[in-house]
Amino acid sequence: MKTLVKGTLVGAMMISGSSAVYAGCGISEGRVSIVGNEFPAIQTVAAAAASCAGDGVEVASNLTADHQKINVAGMQGNPAEYTSAIIANSSIVALMNEDVIRPLDDLIAEHGQDIPKNQLITVNGKVMAVAFMANAQHLAYRQDVLAELNIEPPTSYEDMLTAAEAVRAAGKSEYPLGGAYKAGWNLAQEFVNMYIGHGGEFYQPGSAVPSINNEQGVAALEMMKSLSAYMNPDYLTHDSNGTNAEMEAGNVIMMNMWGSRIGSLQDDEGAPPEIASNIVVGGPLMVGDSGSPATTLWWDGWTVAKNISDEDAVATFLAMKNGVSPSILNEETMGEAVWMIEGYEPAPVNQGVFASIAAGSTAYPMLPYHGLMHTALGNEIADFLTGKEDAAKTLSDAEAAYTTAATEKGFL
Amino acid sequence: MKHKTFFWFVLPTSLAMLLFIALPIVSVVMQSVYAPHEQVVIEVDNCDIFGCTKSTMVDQEATGKLRDAEPLGRFVGTDIYVNRSHLAITEISLAWQNSAGMGEFLSEVMNLPFYRALAFTLTYTFVVTPLVLILGFMIAVAVNSIPSVLRGPTIFLSLLPMIITPLIGSLILFWMIDSRGIIGTLIQYLAGDPSLSMKASTPLTWVMLMVYGVWHSAPFAFVVYYAGLQSVPKDTLESAMIDGASRWQQIRYVIIPHLVPLTTFIALMQLMDNFRVFEPIVSFNASAHATSLSYFIYDDLGGETRLLSSAAATSVLTIVGVAVLLTPVLIRTWRDFGRSKT
Repeated sequence: MKTLVKGTLVGAMMISGSSAVYAGCGISEGRVSIVGNEFPAIQTVAAAAASCAGDGVEVASNLTADHQKINVAGMQGNPAEYTSAIIANSSIVALMNEDVIRPLDDLIAEHGQDIPKNQLITVNGKVMAVAFMANAQHLAYRQDVLAELNIEPPTSYEDMLTAAEAVRAAGKSEYPLGGAYKAGWNLAQEFVNMYIGHGGEFYQPGSAVPSINNEQGVAALEMMKSLSAYMNPDYLTHDSNGTNAEMEAGNVIMMNMWGSRIGSLQDDEGAPPEIASNIVVGGPLMVGDSGSPATTLWWDGWTVAKNISDEDAVATFLAMKNGVSPSILNEETMGEAVWMIEGYEPAPVNQGVFASIAAGSTAYPMLPYHGLMHTALGNEIADFLTGKEDAAKTLSDAEAAYTTAATEKGFL
Repeated sequence: MKHKTFFWFVLPTSLAMLLFIALPIVSVVMQSVYAPHEQVVIEVDNCDIFGCTKSTMVDQEATGKLRDAEPLGRFVGTDIYVNRSHLAITEISLAWQNSAGMGEFLSEVMNLPFYRALAFTLTYTFVVTPLVLILGFMIAVAVNSIPSVLRGPTIFLSLLPMIITPLIGSLILFWMIDSRGIIGTLIQYLAGDPSLSMKASTPLTWVMLMVYGVWHSAPFAFVVYYAGLQSVPKDTLESAMIDGASRWQQIRYVIIPHLVPLTTFIALMQLMDNFRVFEPIVSFNASAHATSLSYFIYDDLGGETRLLSSAAATSVLTIVGVAVLLTPVLIRTWRDFGRSKT
């Protein structure tokens, strides 16, 4: 921390030395207000953007897990409350649907020639966001337990079931599997993974008409149910935090987990050292024979609001550019994420995400109506897992719920 | 009171009610009969850090034109009210025609999101409200009969459940009933089933939410009843004692009749409070097993894509529900009012 502060101070001094008129980062004046999710990597970015604050330049940030509930409303006003939203490939869609973010091409031409081209997210030929990190779900497991029982780390969900049975039979853990299966968004995400892993398509080609009530859908649900038999009975209430706590307590031996969360499993908080030091990552898990891993690729990036003055837009652009510049990388921040920033050196903790990218995983769909599908799935799948109805009924309910919502929204 | 004085007296209240109650309701009703415009979706190439893919996006220019022409959106009338997420008229009539028996029909209805939420909301309201009244009354009578030195601390302790924020209170209980928590383990021990999980079973989740509801609201009934007990006429009680009335008879024939008006008041407040049950469902992560009307609205507003019209329609239906629920109590109050006037 100390070095970080020192670095920022030195940087600020150098800049103020070179140009007395400008505050940090070459911004003369303007307002920067950031809204985003809350995890270490985003905190680092927001802190670096905040270091641009100074004479006539205000930088504020509101980082919260509920960012998706406030970002659209906070950018719809004119002028918008938030001048930048940090989003992922799923949540940028909501902002584009409401037309609250602006294309960045002119700002890049003028102020951002040095942003590497591979960081630019283009939609219909226009740059809408600048990505700074990648994320994916992949295997995390306890190497000591698997080694002791002579089990190879699973590469597919089928292997995971066999391994779970062996761990249970050996009396190592009654509920050796984990996963973020909390009813709602998390549960729907697991289905999306599993359905893609089975090679399923969510919509009829070229339309917003759902098509999940099929063989792949049933297979995906059946696999989720088989896995849940090896999970803590409360699994429908466990999100990433809940299932990570089970891992740190030594109850969960294998799970599918977000790359961005592995660092907090391996650190010295929560788990005793003999557990923390034995939590390692594997690749993405396969399922069935589609050849596509049962996971989705995610990026996180920043955007600039549409309803703000040009001055604020320039200030926001420059502050955010500084927020994801190579200077934010140091020993402490290096392991926080798979940074899409020059100078990033992959750490062992990030290998799972790299393996997911290398395995040719699918990026999470960036379709304007997919958020509605995700919500419908999150509300309906629990009925199948709790045994209230069969897989086909659950899938047809989810299709019906999606169709109702998409009709209301004008997509169908 | 002179008419003019009365007018000036109620003006500020009426204005505030118009502004903060009537207008929002009008706005919600408007929102519920309009839906967003047809979205003009175009096929585009998206390039991100993982490569380029064919995708779709909303054509803002075309959609914006539609929006400018009719800023309120598409008028859809009662479409939202009767769609599958709300009253589901089509689905219900289909289920009625196709079901072999009443049981099958009911399970079809309970599979529809609105009716599922309504079923839990009503069960919760009608189980929790009487239990709160009974428990609150029992605590009040008990506290009233302990030595006055102990009363202060006892009252304070009894009020704690109400002082704790609902979200926090239910979160505490949530961890206690975890299968590894203190209550969860105790229940496993008592039931002799080590794999029993309250959070995994729908009936047990309902019981747990209702137990929480009673725990949280009983202090409210207790405080009101306790205040009422202080105003029970001493001489009536004493004459009852002289007549040889037992403690139970004193409660039954003196205290309860005296507290009836308060019961109406508490029932009114509790019916309204319980009908909008929400926080425990969030804290208990119980949405897989139980949803309420309020939770349903929250879900529509909290998704990545917000469903404003759907949330508005559910809100209007909730208002109608509250009105129906309160009608008997209000009629009763009105009658009592009329009686006391004559």
